[in-house]
Amino acid sequence: MSGPSDFQPTNPALKWIERRLPIMGLMHSSFVAYPTPRNLNYWWTFGAILSLMLGVQILTGVILAMHYTPHADLAFKSVELIVRDVNYGWLLRNIHASGASMFFFAVYIHMFRGLYYGSYKEPREVLWILGVIIYLLMMATGFMGYVLPWGQMSFWGATVITNLFSAVPYVGDSIVTLLWGGYSVGNPTLNRFFSLHYLLPFVIAGVVVLHIWALHVAGQNNPAGVEPKTEKDTVAFTPYATMKDMFGVSCFMLFFAWFIFYMPNYLGDADNYIPANPGVTPAHIVPEWYYLPFYAILRSIPNKLAGVVAMFGAIIILAFLPWLDSAKTRSSKYRPLAKQFFWVFVVVCIGLGYLGAQPPEGIYVIVGRILTFCYFAYFLILLPLLSRIEKPRPVPNSIADDVLAKTGRKAAPMVSTVIALMVAGGLLVGGAQNARAEDHGASPPGQKWSFSGPFGKFDRGALQRGLKVYKEVCASCHGLSYVAFRNLAETGGPGYSVAQAQAFASEYKVKDGPNDQGDMFERPGRPADYFPSPFPNEQAARAANGGAYPPDLSLITKARSYKRGFPMFLIDFFTQYQEQGPDYVAAVLQGYEDKAPAGFTLPEGSNYNKYFPGHAIKMPKPLNDGQVTYDDGSPATVAQYAKDVTTFLMWAAEPHMEARKALGLQVFVFLILLTVLLYFTKKKVWANAH
Amino acid sequence: MNPDASTIAAGAPIEVDLTPIAEGQDIKVFWRGKPIYISHRTKKQIDEARKVPVSSLPDPQSDEQRVKAGHDQWLVVVGICTHLGCIPIAHEGAYDGFFCPCHGSVYDTSGRIRQGPAPSNLPVPPYTFVSDTKIQIG
Repeated sequence: MSGPSDFQPTNPALKWIERRLPIMGLMHSSFVAYPTPRNLNYWWTFGAILSLMLGVQILTGVILAMHYTPHADLAFKSVELIVRDVNYGWLLRNIHASGASMFFFAVYIHMFRGLYYGSYKEPREVLWILGVIIYLLMMATGFMGYVLPWGQMSFWGATVITNLFSAVPYVGDSIVTLLWGGYSVGNPTLNRFFSLHYLLPFVIAGVVVLHIWALHVAGQNNPAGVEPKTEKDTVAFTPYATMKDMFGVSCFMLFFAWFIFYMPNYLGDADNYIPANPGVTPAHIVPEWYYLPFYAILRSIPNKLAGVVAMFGAIIILAFLPWLDSAKTRSSKYRPLAKQFFWVFVVVCIGLGYLGAQPPEGIYVIVGRILTFCYFAYFLILLPLLSRIEKPRPVPNSIADDVLAKTGRKAAPMVSTVIALMVAGGLLVGGAQNARAEDHGASPPGQKWSFSGPFGKFDRGALQRGLKVYKEVCASCHGLSYVAFRNLAETGGPGYSVAQAQAFASEYKVKDGPNDQGDMFERPGRPADYFPSPFPNEQAARAANGGAYPPDLSLITKARSYKRGFPMFLIDFFTQYQEQGPDYVAAVLQGYEDKAPAGFTLPEGSNYNKYFPGHAIKMPKPLNDGQVTYDDGSPATVAQYAKDVTTFLMWAAEPHMEARKALGLQVFVFLILLTVLLYFTKKKVWANAH
Repeated sequence: MNPDASTIAAGAPIEVDLTPIAEGQDIKVFWRGKPIYISHRTKKQIDEARKVPVSSLPDPQSDEQRVKAGHDQWLVVVGICTHLGCIPIAHEGAYDGFFCPCHGSVYDTSGRIRQGPAPSNLPVPPYTFVSDTKIQIG
């Protein structure tokens, strides 16, 4: 289709195929001989990174779909079973969930690169529009994917976003009913979202083929914005661009691996570890970070229909960019005014993202409106204006001239922008974290946990003591239904032998049946059984506990969090702090006060707790000194009980944590070595090109 | 993509009590999702199985190889036809063994293939006698 290639295989079998379907020639002309501008910088590696991420998401997604059950009653548990039981299921899930964030991170950089260097200008308008289409498909896919685990945020995010379409006049409600498949978000919704979530990535792949085709017709843009004129301006795609892309990909993988192995829940929401409850909306509904700027725009406009139009408009307007910005000079490098406003625009986007995560009150609303105006003003007022009045600097004569002129100061601008972006990105994401966390209790004190940090391990003694505390104190009201007795004998856990786990299990009575008479019967537990719940259903649990439902504790340390505040949430990313849940749980267990402070009215039947949001908790003080006897000599104090049972519950929530961190270390060592080797290889390959 | 931990845990060995099975009767239990026939054979069935010259069988195996010594009256076989997977019917067919209705394979009182398209004998699952009246399959 493009580029010079007179590729002819020598092997007779390959010659036979090539004559009938010239696919090898196509691959050769597109990705080996293809003339690539020699002055591309690292912002151009993100196309390859995106292709890789699409492949990674499809591969992990297809395997996850082999184990996932798309039914409202079973979806949440099926995801947990993937994480706990499927071989490397935890790894697949972490890759897929973090991968979605990485996919959007890369696509935003890719888009901003296009904005800055004028890659949307003639003759690349269709290329750009195809990109906008891919972006829209990605947003739909990401949204539907987030619904699938059927947690609280999945369900309520689905409710809010599908309700958006009711703003459309006349047909709005019909559209929403069609999306839902029922009278509200429910099982039919989940099923169709699963079907579409499986389908759309392949549609994306098809549009990506068109995108690359359109790219190869026009050729790549480059930082100078000057089209290649002679052979001196370009190098062959392989090995030059290939090696550079591989190095870029390797660096990106390091960043990706940080999330997969060490911070898997940093970009997520603790509320999504609570199974969906159609009767209770979480206090702060926040979409994933990559939707936040558009969410902020939606909430800025007080009118329902106008807000929806503005939100979709903010995306669609991108498609008109080639006509809004008609300046002849492509690259902002030679457009001093456009360059400055570009960076202002980047700050506006990040600001909108931050605001999207804040509660829509007070100053946030005002700033949100200002930034929304700035966003649209950039496209509708500023760019058209600049096209007419700006005096650009002279562009270089050719790419070769551009390369010769600037040998020497290449890396610095890229590195500093990367750092700036990471800090900004951290602000955005951390801001999102803040809004989600509980914000009505005092902040729990940070405890030292044996399992924190990259080399953290569970303290076996603490796990065994914690299990004892759970069994003797908590199990009378709280279930632990995702933990099986056989898990007690697995590596990375309390360290019991298989025989001990068997003996432990047989102390329990488990309901089984029906037998040949058609009756249910009780039998002693087996390793394959799960911890039984104390109540047969939620209604019985509420009746026995004054109307309150004691939550199942299997995931409690991942389902709770608290506001870390600025700048802690930034620092947390680098120190790998993710123990908000355990800190909160341990604090609540120890946070009971006999008397509520003066001025606080405690409702009837509640107890005062310093750290519980709202301070009034239905659960009475569960732990007292001396309540549980430890046979290893550890102090029988409330503080010790709280620490031990929280450690146990952290293991119950993530039994494979030690394996995750151990594999993470190996992956990091490998990737660092690989990155270094690829860097020097790239330098060697490019040595002749300079 | 190998079986995950919960599948493996559910496939753990099972114990079966043999006392309720009368002579001449057989029962079907499930292990790892597969049906297992447990036959309490009569003397006549055992003799018929042992009278056959082993070399004449399509899949030569003596009856003694297929049962546990001292417990000759108990036959434990996987009830899946080795042709294409249907479940044969017990106490049917020319040899009073098993008969598979799908394509007409006939097995004898030792679960060995005698006639029909099936290539091999009904497999014997791993099992041990925990006591004279109880076996553990798996």
